Amino acid sequence: MLKYIDEFRNPDLVKSVVTEIQHEFSGKPIKLMEVCGGHTVTIFKYGIQKLLPKNIQLISGPGCPVCVTDIGYIDKVIALAHIENVIITSFGDMIRVPGSRSSLQKEKGHGIDVRICYSPMDAVNIAEKNQDKEIVFLGIGFETTAPAVAASIKFAADNGIYNFSVLSAHKTMPQAMKVLLDSGEIDLNGFICPGHVSAITGIHIYDFIARDYHIPCVVSGFEPLDMLESILMIVRQLNAGNAIVENQYTRSVRVNGNTHGMALMMDVFEAVDTEWRGIGTIPGSGLGICQKYHSFDANRKFNIETEPVREYTGCICGDIMRGVKVPTDCKLFAKICNPEDPKGSCMVSDEGSCATYFKYVISDS
Amino acid sequence: MNRQDRITLAHGSGGLQSHRLIRELFLEYFGNELLNPLEDGAILQTNANKLVFTTDSHVVKPLFFPGGDIGKLAISGTVNDLAVCGAIPRWISCGMIIEEGFAIADLEKIVISMRQTADLADVQIVTGDTKVVEKGNADGIYINTAGIGTLIEGVDLGVHQIRPGDAVIINGFIGDHGAAIIRAREEFPVFFEIDSDCRPLNKETIALLSKLDGIRIMRDPTRGGVATTLNEFVSGQTFGLQIDENKLPIRPVVQGLCEPLGFDPLNLANEGKILIIIDPNEAQSALEILKSFPEDINSRIIGQVTGEAAGKVTLKTSIGSSRIIDMLSGEMLPRIC
Repeated sequence: MLKYIDEFRNPDLVKSVVTEIQHEFSGKPIKLMEVCGGHTVTIFKYGIQKLLPKNIQLISGPGCPVCVTDIGYIDKVIALAHIENVIITSFGDMIRVPGSRSSLQKEKGHGIDVRICYSPMDAVNIAEKNQDKEIVFLGIGFETTAPAVAASIKFAADNGIYNFSVLSAHKTMPQAMKVLLDSGEIDLNGFICPGHVSAITGIHIYDFIARDYHIPCVVSGFEPLDMLESILMIVRQLNAGNAIVENQYTRSVRVNGNTHGMALMMDVFEAVDTEWRGIGTIPGSGLGICQKYHSFDANRKFNIETEPVREYTGCICGDIMRGVKVPTDCKLFAKICNPEDPKGSCMVSDEGSCATYFKYVISDS
Repeated sequence: MNRQDRITLAHGSGGLQSHRLIRELFLEYFGNELLNPLEDGAILQTNANKLVFTTDSHVVKPLFFPGGDIGKLAISGTVNDLAVCGAIPRWISCGMIIEEGFAIADLEKIVISMRQTADLADVQIVTGDTKVVEKGNADGIYINTAGIGTLIEGVDLGVHQIRPGDAVIINGFIGDHGAAIIRAREEFPVFFEIDSDCRPLNKETIALLSKLDGIRIMRDPTRGGVATTLNEFVSGQTFGLQIDENKLPIRPVVQGLCEPLGFDPLNLANEGKILIIIDPNEAQSALEILKSFPEDINSRIIGQVTGEAAGKVTLKTSIGSSRIIDMLSGEMLPRIC
């Protein structure tokens, strides 16, 4: 596997793609948005921005699952965690996300039971082993994680594991990209589209961007060479005056995606309106658990009451997620907001813009 | 020997059962002329001008992991803290906090492991203490060890010795201990074999210091990993460090573990590694000395001290760009996708 990865980090090949970008880039300033948080990490981890011509600016989009999770959701999770006999199970980075008043990590000190899972099926296993407890899995993420969560719900239903439920805040990507474009707040010249989301959905979900907004889209892999090649593909589209959806990540992404995964997702979930942190409610951009599986919906299973949401004053995570501002524009950044004590969600996940800036950029300046 | 199977609160009472545990278990394995009288303290004699004194508490889950256990860790950790200060480790104290119900067979395994590691490091366990806490009030066993060593004559290590141009050396693969613990916890569906690098390093440090004059500073990159220790070297200083990603020795299995979880091997703990900053003219000799130890065959120069980027650790990335390496902040959590 590593040999396979190393080939996509080959310094000679990197150099030759960078030379091609330099050679073909017109020099006229362009802004490209990498939608996915995984791409943001690659850009900073390998120092990709430094290799590019100055006038190619990369900006982060709303594709970090933790970052776009609404504060109200976290408040709800914390309230749930305090219900007797409830075990919260979650992907790792969620436990640090601050809600209005606390985070799961802080609440752990007050005795709540939170367990980190690598896969939603781990949570189902915990449910099987703890039949006197209620196991709630925090369903967050985009089309990438939703099929696996759908599979876990289906498995629990098929096997009668009724002490398992999911608090779904899953989101789907294209609607958020449309909202960003319609807001008119940013002037984009290209999208580096999320590779793993596309592996599930296929690449046609971006057709409307190319067609209606005339913006080139390239579905990209996550290695340095993938990203540089994607940037080169966008530069070439711009030079030719094209706006089409291209697939750079052909080794993982089929044009029509993973039809089995999509079918599973659509069987368990249905489109609902959902709140995106910093963006607001986007109609039809969330995945709620459909009627057939209501008994696995933590929202229905538990009577969860929370106090009104309180946002940390001065936090500009929303503007950052919309690509309007960068982390260093924030008054709190690196002063009272840092990975150790995050005030906003972008400082939490390793894929969050603020955390990435903090880790790789702040000390670089 | 007539022993119960499990530790009870009576073993920590200071009475008969405590004495029996000390004599039948601790003394049996740790025994030496300084410990045997079982006085309240050990009387130590040395001609050295300067002593080095350190302490470290050890908590690890699981207690037994591939390549080691909490006992080996407790001795190695303290020995290594003394060793990297330029001392010859001599005497160790051992304080144990044991949870009621802990299996005595496991305690015996830990004690044997401590003795074997102490022999390997040529140190004596000369004093100790045992407390038992009620079930649920500890996670099996916690071990505190303090250690005293004699400073090697003429040695003066420290950040103040570091000069631009100095070389940075590590004595082998990065992140093995952290990876072994992640594997042993079985929290993630990862399937590979990796042993912790946990072991005493004083033979290496003594060999280096007795043969070379140009060693500026040494440190063992334990919790927080290589990234944290490198940052400790430069923090608030007038120099920086440049590390070459292509030269970092990382086992493919460790890299393979980190890739899907989103971890950085530079943040994984090591328990048998030394980071050495040394006069560049002596770097090759240091490598030769290190490589004379079979465990250190993968020693290499990974970077250098620079006059630029003061206070910062810069990584020359594998694709020829650069980025900053920061200290580990918070606990490592696997990413979502």
